[in-house]
Amino acid sequence: MSNERRRARQAEPEPSAQELEQQRDHQRIERRALLKGALGLGGAVAAAGWASLAPPSWPLSLRDPDGERGKPKASVRSLPDGGFRVPDAPSVAELGVAHGTQLKPMLLAALDALGGIGRFIERGDVVVIKPNVAFERPAALGATTNPEVLTALIEIVREAGASEIRVADNPIESPSSCFVRSGIQAATQAAGARLFLPTPEEFALLGTPGATWIERWPFFWGPFVGANKVIGVSPIKDHNLCRASMTTKNWYGLLGGRRNQFHQDIHGIIADLALMLRPTFVVLDATRVLFRSGPTGGSLGDVKPGHTVVVSRDSLAADAYGWDNLLERQGEALPAYFAKSAARQLGQPDWRKLSLKEVNVG
Amino acid sequence: MRRLPVLQSVQSAPRAIVQAAHNVTKPNRDGSPWYARVFRLTTTRILTQAFCFSLFIFLLWVTWFSRLGGYPASLFLELDPLVSFATAVSTHTVYRWLWRSLWILVPTLVLGRVFCGWICPYGTLHQFIGWVFNIRRNKDNIGVNAYRPIFQFKYYLLVVFLILSAFGALQIGLLDPICLLTRSVATAIQPAFDSALPDVLAGISARPGAPHPRVFAGAWFIGFLLIGLVGMNLVIPRFFCRVLCPLGAFLGTLSRFALLRIDRDLTKCTDCNLCMRHCEGASDPQEALRKSECFVCFNCIDDCPEDALAFRLAPVPVHERIIGSLKDGTARLFGRKVISKLPETVLAPPDVPRRRWVFAGIAGLLAFPFLRFSKSVNARSYSAKAIRPPGTVSEPEFLERCIKCDQCINVCPTNVLQPSTLTEGGLEGLWTPVMDFRTGFCQLNCTLCSEVCPTGAIQKIDLARKLGKEAHVEAGPIRLGTAFFNRGRCLPWAMETPCVVCEEVCPTSPKAIGTYQQEITRWDGKKVLLNQPYMRPELCIGCGICEHECPVQDDPAVYVTAIGESRSKDRSLLLGSEVKRT
Repeated sequence: MSNERRRARQAEPEPSAQELEQQRDHQRIERRALLKGALGLGGAVAAAGWASLAPPSWPLSLRDPDGERGKPKASVRSLPDGGFRVPDAPSVAELGVAHGTQLKPMLLAALDALGGIGRFIERGDVVVIKPNVAFERPAALGATTNPEVLTALIEIVREAGASEIRVADNPIESPSSCFVRSGIQAATQAAGARLFLPTPEEFALLGTPGATWIERWPFFWGPFVGANKVIGVSPIKDHNLCRASMTTKNWYGLLGGRRNQFHQDIHGIIADLALMLRPTFVVLDATRVLFRSGPTGGSLGDVKPGHTVVVSRDSLAADAYGWDNLLERQGEALPAYFAKSAARQLGQPDWRKLSLKEVNVG
Repeated sequence: MRRLPVLQSVQSAPRAIVQAAHNVTKPNRDGSPWYARVFRLTTTRILTQAFCFSLFIFLLWVTWFSRLGGYPASLFLELDPLVSFATAVSTHTVYRWLWRSLWILVPTLVLGRVFCGWICPYGTLHQFIGWVFNIRRNKDNIGVNAYRPIFQFKYYLLVVFLILSAFGALQIGLLDPICLLTRSVATAIQPAFDSALPDVLAGISARPGAPHPRVFAGAWFIGFLLIGLVGMNLVIPRFFCRVLCPLGAFLGTLSRFALLRIDRDLTKCTDCNLCMRHCEGASDPQEALRKSECFVCFNCIDDCPEDALAFRLAPVPVHERIIGSLKDGTARLFGRKVISKLPETVLAPPDVPRRRWVFAGIAGLLAFPFLRFSKSVNARSYSAKAIRPPGTVSEPEFLERCIKCDQCINVCPTNVLQPSTLTEGGLEGLWTPVMDFRTGFCQLNCTLCSEVCPTGAIQKIDLARKLGKEAHVEAGPIRLGTAFFNRGRCLPWAMETPCVVCEEVCPTSPKAIGTYQQEITRWDGKKVLLNQPYMRPELCIGCGICEHECPVQDDPAVYVTAIGESRSKDRSLLLGSEVKRT
């Protein structure tokens, strides 16, 4: 420092007492700000340390020492024990078959053979009806459930006192188009039932204890929330792989996920489906029979009239009856899924051993 | 006694209301009635813009299987004069509803670029974003709305696009604002909107009932491009409209003939430049109005403190009528003193020097061979995965017609239609529709894409035509391509595992996929009955549902390629396949 500057500096007056007091004030404020900052910073570091270092069982800990905690955990739903079946009633038939052209009287007659709709549906029930809407086809091609059968069924269920009726399926082709083209959407809406489209948020993991392939599998859960009765109504179709797609295979349309793998064991998965869903009853809609080029069909030449509906609590019996009498494959061995399902006590493929009541309507 | 302040304010409330009402209904200083302040032309413009933007979004929203019910889903594309003009240049025809663009063309010839300022939904988006995020000071607003030579660029683009159209390579869709916004909403905004929608609002979802969230090839690029172009408003207001928009350039060129324009009264204008503050088009209303740049937004008229601007018939410039000298302030016009120092009032044609038109022309002439002799779109080496939707005309005609608006992709119920990336279509085919059967499949009984296509790239077909029924039995079904088996990946062929989902879902009757049945003894001694699939190519329509449902998901064991598509004889596969099928 040069002499001149030093001199100039010495010449400066000392700060006044007031100025010094102001300086001390400022320092106090600085001290407080520093303490606050340091406390905040320390708190943040401590919180970060707690979250990352505290053992996983401690509150607010995020520690994940082996990577297991970070994995998503899906909750697994389950359907009621014993499914949606109603109690046995030995005095009535197990298999109701009605032939004719007037669908509602036919359905009523077939149900009467089983003890009447009142045995199955009570006042206030929430009922899920599962048609087969797998493909975007007009109903006449026989690849989907006949919408008129669905309408009649909804009316019958409503008249029996059901408080809510839901219709749901997860088609292979674009769902909204399938529901419209097949006529199922119009039938559902006209009959005042509620349609469920298989949007992603409607699916949940379903547990099916004892199943081979679908012990835990994405399931069309939305329509089943609060439901206490389930009815399947399926067309009767030839099937390229499992030979016949009827009321048991129909439950396939409740599955989500990578279901195209199931063809590697088609009979195994159908037996799983029979285990997964034990319905209140099933309706085999044989007003049309898709006897070849199934399950898609596509030509009126693949369809013949069946003029029949079959109702049963036992989907295997209904399907076996359809195999013999409607697909007219009597004498050919039943597809393997019948035996596999029967081995699990899920039904009686030998329908002749069951009591059957057959009626002609109109 | 002091009155409580609350009481005081309650008592004075009616008076305040009366006062406020009085203030609102007070006439303007110039004697015009009070509602002239509120019901201004600019207010009308803003309401029109809001309406047009909402209508545009609404029409894209109804472009879906369960909502289409007679709505003119592609209305804005049909109104777009560049679409109809460029397709008329490339095809020498005006398809279906494209005459509707006269509704825009005629007002443009009378008024100028009203479309840009009043109707264009993309312009409205730019204007709105620019307004919301404008943090500039007034002085900077004036500067940023001055005309810049870079605004010529859109005219060069237009020249290149029109020359390409003349050669049959329609590329306007790359940047046409209606095509661009339709595409961006369909492939980028819509999936984002649906994924953000809470379950309770599922009813207003853009794609109700869709079984999967929709995915689109290159959506990231289309989306980021949208953000980037809209974001440019923060740098230069209406950047896209002023610099890039080929439709704006087209309408700008037409505007030179417009009868009405913003006219500056030289005897009132003080050269204050305030008219530039909110000038959307950067059209220099403060000096010689660049009519080709003017969006007719009327902001300048609102902003002018001297009331020197008016929108009126003004076919002839007035500067030659000025008597006296502007420099020494003696200039007079029709007996009034000229105040403005800038006597020019209009510059009608686009500000593009002639030599540069020539440069743009040469660029256009070269652009065609550059595009067409790129392998992916050339007939000699087209992409196997450029599988076009049903009803599409043959590829060269398709390239004359497709404007890349992606309405077909928007309406497709199965998500099979994807904007082409450079891989399938090269630059010329970029964003045109191609089918990706891993994402979806062509639903047998669906012709929606052909309904919404505004230009006939996908011709309107009915179901009988698609399936080859009724009057079309002779022609047979429309075939999109042919399915092939990759036996090296097929479960029954390569892995001794039953499968044949492909046969199950094959929609033709009789099925195009058959199986050889054989029982084999596996490596572990187990006997397995295998159905090994094979293809009957004369029955295959290339719908791709087999590929979509194949469990060998990532590289399906059955896959469709474009060969055998019925739209082009050059691409047939089987001998005599044009002959009626048995």
